[in-house]
Amino acid sequence: MRLLTHNMLTSHVKGVESGYPLIIEAAEVVLRNVDFNADFIKRMLAKVNWDVLYQSAKAIGHLNDIPEQLQPNMESDEGFLRKAHHVLLEVEIKEGCLICPTSKKRFPISNGIPNMLLGEENES
Amino acid sequence: MKLKQLESYLQMVDTFDKPKIYLEQYATTPHIAAHMLYNIDTMYNDIQGKVICDLGCGCGVLSIGASMLGGCLIVGLDIDDDALTIAKTNIDEFELENVQLIKANITDSEFFGNNIFDTVIMNPPFGTKDKGIDMEFLHRALKLASTSVYSLHKSSTRQHIKKKATEWGAEMTVVAELRFNLENTYKFHKHKSVDIAVDFIKFDCSSVAI
Repeated sequence: MRLLTHNMLTSHVKGVESGYPLIIEAAEVVLRNVDFNADFIKRMLAKVNWDVLYQSAKAIGHLNDIPEQLQPNMESDEGFLRKAHHVLLEVEIKEGCLICPTSKKRFPISNGIPNMLLGEENES
Repeated sequence: MKLKQLESYLQMVDTFDKPKIYLEQYATTPHIAAHMLYNIDTMYNDIQGKVICDLGCGCGVLSIGASMLGGCLIVGLDIDDDALTIAKTNIDEFELENVQLIKANITDSEFFGNNIFDTVIMNPPFGTKDKGIDMEFLHRALKLASTSVYSLHKSSTRQHIKKKATEWGAEMTVVAELRFNLENTYKFHKHKSVDIAVDFIKFDCSSVAI
């Protein structure tokens, strides 16, 4: 599971008010090689929750030197865009777990695929 | 990439070993998938540089095609482990680095916010087994996409879909009329193949407010 995907995911356990962000427990992290598209990264910077991205990257030890806060003119800095690209798309949590911050419900990640099913379906 | 090239790549995508009837599983044919995706890319520019969701991705043929045409992140969702296993194998064999799979139930409450994706591309179940599931997929898709949803639905449901789409604030265009030939996919079919008239529809969701 990529960190960009994690940034978009929220827990959907019924009755839970705040299921975002999901806490990451990473057992295995791998690095991928994804083509860099500056325009795409700029658009993603406007969409993502940067604080969640930063904290998640930090929690799994893959900060890649990204700053804690976004500065206004960073979008024209290609060096920064490439670092952000790496963190958003190239760091993959292969094995681990996502945990709802409120209910503590666990959503396992296996072979890079998070299992977001609720209830009995999630018992395997 | 040329259309013929895309179609020949998609012919190499592995499909279901044992399709599950209750999920209406069948693989979108390489021919239809290639034409759909090529259209979405060249006519509407909704693939290159976009974040795309494939709802009910099955073995991943639409996700894989979208990646090949330049989508930046493709997220494929499916409820079925077996399908996801096949999809993952396909993705790894093509060495695609930007396709992300998620095991999920579309009808569960939302675990993605609204307008998270640029584009949703899907071949959802038609609702022959689970009545109304096609509209659930559509409703969910319209919430997920900020720009467009591209989907396949039985032509016989066209008026009903148009009514609901309007209700939900989405503008609908039938891009093409197709004929699906489901070759005896399921054992209970009496005839060798079943011909179904299918609409390839584009929904403009920029004013969806649900």
